[in-house]
Amino acid sequence: MMRKILVALALAGFAWAFLPLVFEAGLIGEPGQLASAYLENSPKDFAAANVVTAIVVSYRGFDTLGEVAVLFAATAGVGSLLTKKRLGIAGEKIPKQAATEVLLTATRLLTGLLMMFGVYIFMHGHLTPGGGFQGGVVIATAVLLSLLSSPESHVAHGLMTVVESLSGASYVGLGLLGAFLAWGFLDPRALPLGQIGALLSAGAIPFIYSAIGLKVGAELSGILEALKGDRE
Amino acid sequence: MNIAQFIGSINPVAASGAILALIGLWGVLTRPNLFKIAVAFSIMETGVNLLILSVGYIRGRTAPILDSAADAATAVQKMTDPVPQALVLTAIVIGLAVTALMLSYAVRLRAAGGASSIESYGDEKW
Repeated sequence: MMRKILVALALAGFAWAFLPLVFEAGLIGEPGQLASAYLENSPKDFAAANVVTAIVVSYRGFDTLGEVAVLFAATAGVGSLLTKKRLGIAGEKIPKQAATEVLLTATRLLTGLLMMFGVYIFMHGHLTPGGGFQGGVVIATAVLLSLLSSPESHVAHGLMTVVESLSGASYVGLGLLGAFLAWGFLDPRALPLGQIGALLSAGAIPFIYSAIGLKVGAELSGILEALKGDRE
Repeated sequence: MNIAQFIGSINPVAASGAILALIGLWGVLTRPNLFKIAVAFSIMETGVNLLILSVGYIRGRTAPILDSAADAATAVQKMTDPVPQALVLTAIVIGLAVTALMLSYAVRLRAAGGASSIESYGDEKW
């Protein structure tokens, strides 16, 4: 009884805190000073059409580097927690049901398309709503589909490790390039900026976001593979 | 103030975000099942993300992407606040990582002979 009252009190408190937001969010007429500066300067500074991408990859590039590190740590954690040995089923064969014809056919049709769509999304992150994280998730969807359709199969572990390490290293490498050729670490002006709206514009941003996309795709595929629970 | 005006003054994104955050909080506080707690955390994250997004929204403005609707010269007059959107992008990815880790711990606890209910872990109570 006491607990129910406490829960109700906590919920009421949070509801009270959210109430002003529900009525007042969206009522401001102007973005704040920082946001205005980003909106005004990102086309000039980086020739990036998507301001959110300019913020994520360059103005707040350290955030994103840390975010990629957190995702890597979580993947490593999930991978080490969910091995057959740790789950106490080492050597056992887990019976798996074969996939249906519908799923198999759909997988054959969709895997290539999904991969291509993911690559499209992370390559156009500086032009359209999208980017490395979204593209990586789409790629992981393709991997999930193929894991579902052939339950006995495994993600090529060596290949994933290579993709992940290379993309992570090239992310940091491109950041260091900015430190030597431009204003500082993760400055995308190390490469020529180009015309706003072109695929090869915004300096290093499309390359950094492609590296992030590959890394996120590989890491999420690793998580999906580990969650299957039959990793040795 | 009549009812139509009252409903019109509610920001739908913020309202749904607040409701989702409260449902998630209720789930975290009252559900004993570890897996359901992980799901509740996910719901709460979605709600909080919607709330953060709604703060940066400005009525009548367009997405912060340069195109025919807003070019570099009119960006400040025509675009919404991009900072909350960038923050939410980060928060979604971290939320995913946390959810995956939470679920793995729940699976491990089950595999080690524990129960799915948080009530059975009395030793860890403070």
